[in-house]
Amino acid sequence: MTPAPWFGRKAKSARRTARQSVDALPDGLWTKCPTCGEILFNKELEKNLRVCNKCGYHYRLSATERLGMLVDDGTFVEMDADVRSADPLGFPDYGAQLAKFRERSGLTDAIVTGTCEIGGIPAVIGVMDFAFWGGSMGGAVGEKVVRAMEYAIETKLPVVMVIASGGIRVNEGLPGLMQMAKTSAACAKLHQAKIPYIVVLTDPSMAGVLASYGSLGDFLISEPGLLMGLTADRVAAQAQVIHVPDNFRRAEFALEHGQVDRIATRRELKSTLVKLLEFCCGTQEEEDAA
Amino acid sequence: MPPSWSILDFEKPIAELDDQIARIKQLTAEQGEDRSDEIAALEADRDRLIREIFDNLTPWDKTLLARHPKRPYTLDYVRTIFDDYTELHGDRLFADDHAMIGGIATLDNRQVMFVGQQKGRDLKDRQYRNFGSARPEGYRKALRLAKTAAKFARPVIFFVDTPAADVSVGSEERGISEAIARNMMELSVLEAPVVVVVIGEGGSGGAIGIGVGDRILMQEHAIYSVIPPEGCAAIIWRDPTKGKEAADALKLTAQAALELGIIDAIIPEPLGGAHRNMDVAAQSVKTAIVGALDELEKIPIPKLLDKRYAKFRNMGAFAEGGT
Repeated sequence: MTPAPWFGRKAKSARRTARQSVDALPDGLWTKCPTCGEILFNKELEKNLRVCNKCGYHYRLSATERLGMLVDDGTFVEMDADVRSADPLGFPDYGAQLAKFRERSGLTDAIVTGTCEIGGIPAVIGVMDFAFWGGSMGGAVGEKVVRAMEYAIETKLPVVMVIASGGIRVNEGLPGLMQMAKTSAACAKLHQAKIPYIVVLTDPSMAGVLASYGSLGDFLISEPGLLMGLTADRVAAQAQVIHVPDNFRRAEFALEHGQVDRIATRRELKSTLVKLLEFCCGTQEEEDAA
Repeated sequence: MPPSWSILDFEKPIAELDDQIARIKQLTAEQGEDRSDEIAALEADRDRLIREIFDNLTPWDKTLLARHPKRPYTLDYVRTIFDDYTELHGDRLFADDHAMIGGIATLDNRQVMFVGQQKGRDLKDRQYRNFGSARPEGYRKALRLAKTAAKFARPVIFFVDTPAADVSVGSEERGISEAIARNMMELSVLEAPVVVVVIGEGGSGGAIGIGVGDRILMQEHAIYSVIPPEGCAAIIWRDPTKGKEAADALKLTAQAALELGIIDAIIPEPLGGAHRNMDVAAQSVKTAIVGALDELEKIPIPKLLDKRYAKFRNMGAFAEGGT
């Protein structure tokens, strides 16, 4: 049997030529979609909320980009901007790594929290940024999440958390792990105070963050195609987990198994949030009638 | 002499002396000679040797001890600590998880709810217990039993001994992350005293899923870690064989956990580790649990819950203000 034409040396070299031709394009004008290979004009991509217009692949967003898409213009006020990671274990190289990620991302840590309005409804929001050390949670992220939730309880504002995380930052060891319990305890307080809590899962939503405040919302909304699960592939490979379904640990897998309320595309995300917030906090019509 | 796979490298000199002592004792029995002086001297030597070795254990040695094939597991303690234990099964949703056991138990004159992670001893048993890795059903059973205890104002005791939570396809399908998250959330407001004892491996999310309580205790040679050292090495240095270095960096010993303010107390183990004298080990665990419950039961529930929240609220390190 002759091999299928997409295997073999010829196809490989054809792919290489295609890649080289993309690389040869002027910088900053074009992006190649990592799943379908479509060449996307950057300006179009921005206009399309960084979603591939051919296959619907959702690019990861920075916290700033995400806030720009979700909250009403000019309403975001950051809180606890100066809460930073410390080094509880004296872990080798931790300080230097932190400095590198701070410089690279312009952020102080892997989450930005603050108050905002979403469709005119005041809310507390937290947005994780995968570009800061894989959105990993250490003491700083845990503290900012808990403070945001405690502030929401005081002010009776709803909470929206946008997850983008590989899990706990292992360099913080056991105190890092305890952020799972700390944030989950704060979620208990939120629910006791009947504060609405909406979780938006984005790529990726993993491990210790998914297995704490990332799973404890009244509503869990996920972007399409994202990766979510208790363990990342590299760790699973070590534990010799084999034979997995095609969509294993994807948003569609989670929806199929009843773990998220809805999948919302990036274009639908804000309107979905507004609907949910109105359900919890009341609509304009209800307010007018009262 | 026990089979070689059940002796750690640093235990070998101890095993040799043990062997020698056993042989002399046997000769004494067979030939009727009194060699008790010799035996006493050898035993003293051995104990001195153990002390010397155990005073210098590295975090990696402790990891091996916590995973020692002869280390007592949850059910070994249950038999000694409780006067009576009636196992209760199932999460009422899907299955009964054999890696997480629980039931009602009598602790001296107290009725308690007991839940613990169970590892298996031989190959068949290990598979039956899923190597101590609980599935979502296990965590849901744990929470169900804890809530039942709270309803009847009984304290809850958790025994942690797991390499990690189960991450198979089935566990992901049934929401292992949600199960762990929900446990931590609900346990943080559970209206009953909760004592957690880490008796072997405190493996990350798998451990903390039953690790929220009013008192967190650890046995002297138990470990508690955000990730197994081999996994940490795989992530950070992309080399799973650097477990020894990772164990150092992770500070996963009971002594470090106490210094970091994560646990409340260390439960001493008999000389040479819990596996050298199970009864003594179990007695110490029992004393520690009873002591903790004596204190906790004096605190009114609302105050207990405030303290529990504050305990976890204050965990972790961060910096704030000036640079």
